[in-house]
Amino acid sequence: MSEVKFSKEHEWVTVADDIATIGITKHAAELLGDIVFTELPDKGSNAEKDKTVGVVESTKAASDVYTPISGEVVDINQSIVDDPSKINSDPEGSAWFFKLKIKDKSEIDTLMNREEYEKFAKESSS
Amino acid sequence: MNVKKTTLFNLHKKHGAKFVNFAGYEMPIQYKDGIIAEHNTTRNKSGIFDVSHMGQLFIKGKDDLTESLQKIFPTDLKKLSINQSKYSFLMKENGGIYDDLIITKIEDGYMIILNAACKENDLSIIKSKLDSKFELILRDDLSLVAIQGPESKDILEKIIPGVKKIKFMNGNKFSFNLADIYITRSGYTGEDGFEISINNNLVNKLVEKMIDYGSNLIGLGARDTLRLEAGLCLYGHDINEETSPIEANLKWAISKNRINDEFTGAKEIKRQFDEGVKKLRVGIKPDSKVIARESTKIFDEKNNQIGKITSGTFGPSVNGPIAMGYVSNLFSKSNTRVFLEVRGKKIPASICDLPFYKKNYVKGEINVRS
Repeated sequence: MSEVKFSKEHEWVTVADDIATIGITKHAAELLGDIVFTELPDKGSNAEKDKTVGVVESTKAASDVYTPISGEVVDINQSIVDDPSKINSDPEGSAWFFKLKIKDKSEIDTLMNREEYEKFAKESSS
Repeated sequence: MNVKKTTLFNLHKKHGAKFVNFAGYEMPIQYKDGIIAEHNTTRNKSGIFDVSHMGQLFIKGKDDLTESLQKIFPTDLKKLSINQSKYSFLMKENGGIYDDLIITKIEDGYMIILNAACKENDLSIIKSKLDSKFELILRDDLSLVAIQGPESKDILEKIIPGVKKIKFMNGNKFSFNLADIYITRSGYTGEDGFEISINNNLVNKLVEKMIDYGSNLIGLGARDTLRLEAGLCLYGHDINEETSPIEANLKWAISKNRINDEFTGAKEIKRQFDEGVKKLRVGIKPDSKVIARESTKIFDEKNNQIGKITSGTFGPSVNGPIAMGYVSNLFSKSNTRVFLEVRGKKIPASICDLPFYKKNYVKGEINVRS
């Protein structure tokens, strides 16, 4: 498995072969607060880089979920739809959102590494 | 505009509060545990709410003050005994609501609790309608703290003996650290509880004691989920200058014997009483887990827009999405099927009775704002 990468919309991506696993970051989950509703893209649909593919809602507000890279949705994590609070307890682990068959691997290079993301997250929340 | 802070600001900060600007005040939206945990703590144990941003208006006077206030408010104040509270409204001539408020009769006049965002405007309206011989003071030397939830009465009794005897929507004077404080049995959560009016220089001490005896600080986030589950209106959202108490389904708060009487808005209220209204505030429950938030449009089965959501969130005790809004009165019956437009999709939902959440109360205690 490759190094985990991050987007400015607070998604994380890991890549194994040509499949990317995507979720939202711990920082994003903390900002949202108690997550009570999740909507994921349909399996088989095509996700386009930086476009909305889902929604997470906390008691406070709704936020769009974007995909940081393009590809076909090959799997979704039904367990976070059934129990959205999992996103708060394990955002960067078992509470992944969806898996993509990667269309263009070069898109991954546009994303940040952990150090860059942490700096970005710190700056954007202060 | 300068953002104001309540006297408890540093205590909130010490307890890990996240702050939000609410009605010009920097107020805690939540603490470390988060909104759902705070909500459940209030329902199951006891929660403390800093509501010092709300206005505490004192008007001094005797029977002639009661006469004068009756000309403003639709409540039968003559029937109020000393220390009794009533939920009421400051209305426009057309029945629109400037503010919803709690009036308590006290020894030397009345105490009126006003919404933070409305208090200055309320003061100038009430002042303009009253004879200048009456003294009105909006007290900023006082804080207001609510303690709510099933364990609250025992916690507060340990600090201030005697409070347990207060009946719902009644109050009394008590003593804390040799100072006079005023406590009413009321609240905004659907739980049993109290609201305490106390001098700013003593409020930290009181709240710290409440925490020591097992209560917990609760932010505005949980206050909103609690009041929405209890079916209570939030001013500026569920009621405003464009809605009347009749449309808001708050008819019960208008004293029956005053409908033919004189008060601000009386003519329109009487007309609405007799002829009915075109829109009504209702409870709305989506079939699925989708949350329909404020401003969501409501449609009938034929795709005609019939109303709009005014408050919507996830109700932790209901364990699902809940909302309130206004619909055309033809669609206001319970179990009417409606559709809510969320992110371009029409979500099926039902009109339902309020409140969404109701406690089994101990004998004789009715625990809504009434």
